Amino acid sequence: MWRDAWVIAGKDLRIEARSKVALNQLGPYAIVVLLIFGFAFDQDRPLLTQAAPGLFWVGVVFSGVLAVQRSLGIESADGALDNLRLSRLEPAGIFLGKTVAVALQLVVLELLLAFGVVVLFHSELAGAGLLLASGLVSALGVAAAGVAYATVSSGLRARETLLPLLLVPVLAPIVLSATEAWRSALGLSAADGWRWLGLLSCFTAIYVAGGVVCFGSLMEET
Amino acid sequence: MELSARFRSAVAFAGQYPLLAGADLDVGTGEILVLRGANGAGKTSLLRALAGLLPLFAGEAMVLGLDPTVDARRLRPQVGLLGHHNGLYEELSAEQNVRFAVAAARLPKGRAGEALDRVGLTGRLASVPVAKLSAGQRRRVALAALLARRPPLWLLDEPHAGLDAENRELLDQVLKEVASFGGTVVLASHDERTWDALATRAVTMSGGAVLDGVLPTPEGSGPAMGQAVELRKALEGLEGLPDLPDLPDAPDLPDAPDLPDAPDVHDVHHVHEATGGQLHQAVPEEVTNVA
Repeated sequence: MWRDAWVIAGKDLRIEARSKVALNQLGPYAIVVLLIFGFAFDQDRPLLTQAAPGLFWVGVVFSGVLAVQRSLGIESADGALDNLRLSRLEPAGIFLGKTVAVALQLVVLELLLAFGVVVLFHSELAGAGLLLASGLVSALGVAAAGVAYATVSSGLRARETLLPLLLVPVLAPIVLSATEAWRSALGLSAADGWRWLGLLSCFTAIYVAGGVVCFGSLMEET
Repeated sequence: MELSARFRSAVAFAGQYPLLAGADLDVGTGEILVLRGANGAGKTSLLRALAGLLPLFAGEAMVLGLDPTVDARRLRPQVGLLGHHNGLYEELSAEQNVRFAVAAARLPKGRAGEALDRVGLTGRLASVPVAKLSAGQRRRVALAALLARRPPLWLLDEPHAGLDAENRELLDQVLKEVASFGGTVVLASHDERTWDALATRAVTMSGGAVLDGVLPTPEGSGPAMGQAVELRKALEGLEGLPDLPDLPDAPDLPDAPDLPDAPDVHDVHHVHEATGGQLHQAVPEEVTNVA
């Protein structure tokens, strides 16, 4: 399974390195999302600073939806999904490989967005350990749920519009717990951020485990 | 002849639309079998069913000794499918695409280079992203990916599409080599030249059925059109289904052999016990076909 995951992740990251979609399209899109929020709250700077963690994670989720859509899109564009089904790769390995590839792209996007939050919203990034841990765990959770739901929707009509409808509600627990962890890390909340990170890890583990178990069946339905 | 695939009364649906409507087909090992038929006759669906990618709703099927509905995951790695799409990643080069196919099949890396050499994709051409290649060159990359995997069963859907004369010749050579080494090739084609130059046998599909897909047995059983007609009648009786395509004209059948005397009830019970319950094998096939 791990070898298969490595093969798939390597292939997806090689495609990303060639196409640079995450860097050239998703990155600017995420920054534009932050800018729009900045325009909307411009008269209320303290509110913008307070809302920065939530806006950051909304940006991550919006970009994540596009990233997973792209991840499955490269498989369906020229019928490559059939070749995956005809290969000796285990479905769980395919799922993990695609999840890791999307998660790595999201981590890069998070770094870009964090820079944007500091510049645009004047946030001070404190509590680096908690910020980093919640960033990594939530990237994995968003990617895992996203790959699973993108696979479900890839065989359906109007999949481009259906995926956000299906996926965003599922990501609500991740957005909630990651936002609270970041609010705590940035000193905007008195809550224990590590407990929120624990909750975030639970949901991520559920999404990853669910994907590993179910991905074979999901591929059959596409 | 040893069979690589055998379908009997195979039925498959896409939603409520019937794709295969009682298809009967034998594919002998080492054959190059061409599927003929108009658009929508069911050629692509039959290829996908042979690959284990289209589950059967009813009927019997055996491909490479496996039931494609039950053992699809064991069957698929032994099948190479080149459909209307090439199954390539446009951002990757020809070499990277073939290397990935080899890695996904858990085969030695060296296979990729050999296959690319065979289809003439070497040097700079091998390192150009597939998106920048012509349609014919992409088809050759897909062929190289199949060659590298060397599956025992090749399923090809209009494989000559987009190829120039030189590359059509190359493809024909490759397929003949595959068959000469014991591989089996089933390809769908509208091209009469392909039928003449390549096929060891050609069958015709129409309305989701194969008109002449069953190999004659020593007992003289012909195409099982009777089963297809019966099945069609049963499907037409179901409510809520769209209209089925017209049935093709029945092919000319050889003169029906003389029917054996019907066994009496005691004989049947005797055979049933003697065959450990495999009663259907003891009933002469001529009886089934006439029915």
